[in-house]
Amino acid sequence: MINFQYLRTTTAKSAIALLVKDKNAKFLAGGTNLIDLMKRGVTAPEKLIDINHVPLKQIELIGNKIHIGALASNSAVADHALIKEKLPLLSWALQAGASAQLRNVATVGGNMMQRTRCGYFYDTEMPCNKRQPGTGCGAMEGFNRMHAIFGTSEKCIAVHPSDMCVALTALDAEVVVANAKGERKLSFKDFHRLAGDTPQLDNNLKADEMIIRLEIPVNNLAKNYHYLKVRDRASYAFALVSVAVAFELSNNKITDIRLAMGGVAHKPWRLTASENFLKGKEATLSNFEQAAQLAMKDAKGFGGNDFKLKLAPNTIIEALNLAKSKA
Amino acid sequence: MKSSDQKPNQGDSRRDFLKKSSVITAIALTPGVAVKAAESNADERFAQLFEKIPLKLTVNNKAYQTTVEPRVTLLDYLREELHLTGTKKGCDHGQCGACTVHVDGQRVNSCLSLAVMNEGKKITTIEGLANGDTLHPMQAAFIKHDGFQCGYCTPGQIMSAVACVREGHTGSRAEISEYMSGNICRCGAYPNIVDAIIEVKEGGETV
Repeated sequence: MINFQYLRTTTAKSAIALLVKDKNAKFLAGGTNLIDLMKRGVTAPEKLIDINHVPLKQIELIGNKIHIGALASNSAVADHALIKEKLPLLSWALQAGASAQLRNVATVGGNMMQRTRCGYFYDTEMPCNKRQPGTGCGAMEGFNRMHAIFGTSEKCIAVHPSDMCVALTALDAEVVVANAKGERKLSFKDFHRLAGDTPQLDNNLKADEMIIRLEIPVNNLAKNYHYLKVRDRASYAFALVSVAVAFELSNNKITDIRLAMGGVAHKPWRLTASENFLKGKEATLSNFEQAAQLAMKDAKGFGGNDFKLKLAPNTIIEALNLAKSKA
Repeated sequence: MKSSDQKPNQGDSRRDFLKKSSVITAIALTPGVAVKAAESNADERFAQLFEKIPLKLTVNNKAYQTTVEPRVTLLDYLREELHLTGTKKGCDHGQCGACTVHVDGQRVNSCLSLAVMNEGKKITTIEGLANGDTLHPMQAAFIKHDGFQCGYCTPGQIMSAVACVREGHTGSRAEISEYMSGNICRCGAYPNIVDAIIEVKEGGETV
């Protein structure tokens, strides 16, 4: 690992002040993705600002929203009684991600900031428009089994690997970020970006900003929900396809529904057309199948990941069935 | 010269010999420019690369106060500085769990944590688990159930297993497997490891 300067701070204000002073500085939270990337020479910040001592670990209900501090650990959120009761979908998604060891240190903000990535991004011998803009994409005609089928660009077909972010996209979370002047709020579904012509950018956080907290509205979706993650081994692997679903049932009629997918795009993928189709309809297999077909409208395979064109709708249907059968 | 003169000291273990010889190799490989800069104290910019950060932490109930380069991982600090070589380096990328230690009671991958991030923390490694000559119940259970073959992943497996019991994620074999998935065993001792964890959980001892 190339050496770097290490600074530690205890307030968000000073963290932001240190960040804007040096464009080659990065925040260090849990470090589970950043340190890995630094070891492999994929990134080499000159300065790390350790923000682990900034008091942003709160998990609390304020009004009708649950606030989660950016530095709350993945395991603290997943195991918290409030989250299990009010937002069980989020708890499930978190527990489907990484390993127990990683979840103990990985933070909410860090999970959002982990790189959208693939094997070519990690291999510094290979071309990658995300790692080194303009060098080309190794995956496009290479090994692309894990790669995107939605919202792809000619520059990059990597997927965002988070499970937590798929649930947060479904749950209409909001992200509060701050710079030296003050705070702004953005919708979680607008936090991450599609690759487009700028695959080097994974999200819309500005260079002078820091993630402060999430705000998630409390809903009536805590009964019929499921997070279904399909992967190459039973645990501790990235999703080939994952589906987050939660709906409200009244006399077998769907009155409200949220659907999002992971492992299929450069960002967590909300299935708005399928949601709109199912709203007001009966929770039947035939409706689930039609909703799944609607979700696949603009899907495109790249050879190695063509199987996802079948796996994705099947996973949507299975997740809807499992959510429905939840007592 | 008698042939015995060329052998390492009879009293040295293989590990001591490796340590000594690797120190000699490291000195031999140090670039001339580094030696020169260190001797003359002239090149401040070069010296800055080696700037060390003060670090205070507790490892296995023993307090340490030292300075360390920012890029040194907790794993390398434990192994190379404190010579606590029970904690293993497997993949060095958080994928295998061989480096698992407890930080303030929680299991973490020490390979993905910088030593300097652990200021003021209490670290427990496999060496800190036994009580004198009395094995920790999880260590005893691993032996009883043959929870290993080559043994390389074992310290990490045991540290993770102790945390798994403390966390209460031992409701079923499936739950144990799920919560032990961050520890890979290429010998495939998984069923025996699960047996060991169940025995400790059912033993009801505080671990």
